[in-house]
Amino acid sequence: MFPTCILMAKKLSLGIFSFSCCEDSSIVLVEMMNDHWKDWAKLIDFKYARILQTKNTLGEMDVAIIEGAIAHEKDRQKVLEIRKLAKKVVAIGSCACVGLPAGQRNLFNEETKKEIQFIIDKFGMMEKVESIPQIIHVDDMVVGCPMDEAKFLEVLNKYLVEFEVVPKP
Amino acid sequence: MHLDFDINLDAISKIEGHAALSLKVRNDEVLDVQFQITEQKRFYSQAVRGKSALNVAQLVSRICGTCSIAHLSCCLEAVENALKIEPTQQTKLLRKLTTYGMYIRDHAMHLYMFSLPDVLRKDSILEIAETSPELVEQCFKIKAAGNNLSKLIAGKAIHATYPEIGGHAQIPDKEAVKKSIAELKSAREEIFDMMQIYHESDFKFERETRYVCTNNDDFSYTGDEIISSTGTPVPKSHYLWHLQRVILPYSTSTGFQFRGKEFMVGSLARMNLKKNSLHKDTKRDASSYIAEFPSKDVYKNNLAQAIETLHSIDHSIELLETTDFRPETPIAPTIKDGIGVAAIEAPRGTLYYHVEIGDLKVKEVDLVIPTAQNQVNIGFDIKQLVETNLHLPKPELEFEIEKLIRAYDPCMSCATHFLKVKWL
Repeated sequence: MFPTCILMAKKLSLGIFSFSCCEDSSIVLVEMMNDHWKDWAKLIDFKYARILQTKNTLGEMDVAIIEGAIAHEKDRQKVLEIRKLAKKVVAIGSCACVGLPAGQRNLFNEETKKEIQFIIDKFGMMEKVESIPQIIHVDDMVVGCPMDEAKFLEVLNKYLVEFEVVPKP
Repeated sequence: MHLDFDINLDAISKIEGHAALSLKVRNDEVLDVQFQITEQKRFYSQAVRGKSALNVAQLVSRICGTCSIAHLSCCLEAVENALKIEPTQQTKLLRKLTTYGMYIRDHAMHLYMFSLPDVLRKDSILEIAETSPELVEQCFKIKAAGNNLSKLIAGKAIHATYPEIGGHAQIPDKEAVKKSIAELKSAREEIFDMMQIYHESDFKFERETRYVCTNNDDFSYTGDEIISSTGTPVPKSHYLWHLQRVILPYSTSTGFQFRGKEFMVGSLARMNLKKNSLHKDTKRDASSYIAEFPSKDVYKNNLAQAIETLHSIDHSIELLETTDFRPETPIAPTIKDGIGVAAIEAPRGTLYYHVEIGDLKVKEVDLVIPTAQNQVNIGFDIKQLVETNLHLPKPELEFEIEKLIRAYDPCMSCATHFLKVKWL
């Protein structure tokens, strides 16, 4: 929580992106708004958050939050683009951080891999699912399935200070 | 002059998961409506094989974040059914409370964060805060009451940890129960504003379809028979005889028909088919809203969700006030093989699990997801919507399409993961 009197004019520009996962960490984030929405509305400019709004802009941002693993080349390209646009990238949740359970097909035996190959081919999916750190440099990771709330707050508050949205405590 | 145009919505917003839509209009005729679920498949149907039947519910909980408690509860029931385990009344009651917490949280998220911006012509809940902060306060207060109820009863609101095969790992602390009752009673006062908003809303899309849900006598999440607007009730174990898969080659999910026709599941179906079993306090205080059902209007799904939120609060308060929770030992399985079926009402509609177990390992799991059942209906509705609104400017028509899709409250994360068909 930040007292209103110390707020500065600048907002943290933030993007929230979701790829292959159950979106549990997005739901946790939405639930964290139960306690923090007033602060976040004042401190954060949600540039891209499909779960929250229709008008989304994929442009330069201070922080990109990425949930989910990458299972399709078009998503891989989008992650590369996000890395170029964001000054900092945070991976949240198990699928983004370590690629599981979304990437459990990587661990299938040969017989099961053969069984699903037609779907991989049909939808042009990548042969192996990748975590976010396998594709781009990640500045912070909030692990957990779903992500750990306290750790996420710690990371968010760190960037609010680093981008001079709030003064150092 | 005849109209020719295409609509391509590649990322529908304010829904759970990823979906897209494409359609063509040629010579005033709507062609090729494709409501596409674009989630990348995660192959749970294969991943569960060989896993311990006693732990598999925790894995399938990861199919969907917001519906995780529905998957957990349905899978537990199917496994118990296969292993001939009959949980105690207290376990059943704790599962009801767990599910009510999910309903309150999940419905409030949809009503306030996804659909209300459409009603108020705002882009998001945060834009609503600029003009109607009291509605935003309500939203987060109600969601918190549901979230905290799930945490209290089930350990966590997402991927709950206490529900287990044959029992419930922990009972709630008495002081925490008192606190939860107070929080629920306070949240109860808020939901009437939302009912009034959706009662007064001029959104309307009426159509003939079939409605399906499971039945019980207290409007809770589980029931033994399937009821519909088209015929006599059938045992839930017969669901595969009445549901037919429909291959949608453009979608990563299959659709379904009920006895050969499109149909709808979810809050509107439940309110149309069994509103008489709502909690007595809900019936007393929301009678004017309940009187709107049965309804053919898809947008009344929102009002139905608001009434279900009130019911979930009322029944939870009664269960918490009248139950003396006592520690119980989970019932261990005495057999190692079997086939079990479960059907529960998830917030978005009926969820079916069919589990085959050998030597306490999972051999096969098949399930039918609510959004997959609604997918064919949604496609027909979009076609009709566009046909009757061809005169609208394209951005307005796109908004109307997204608005209609959001009224269904689809969940794409759920919809894709148990696919058994082969495309030719």
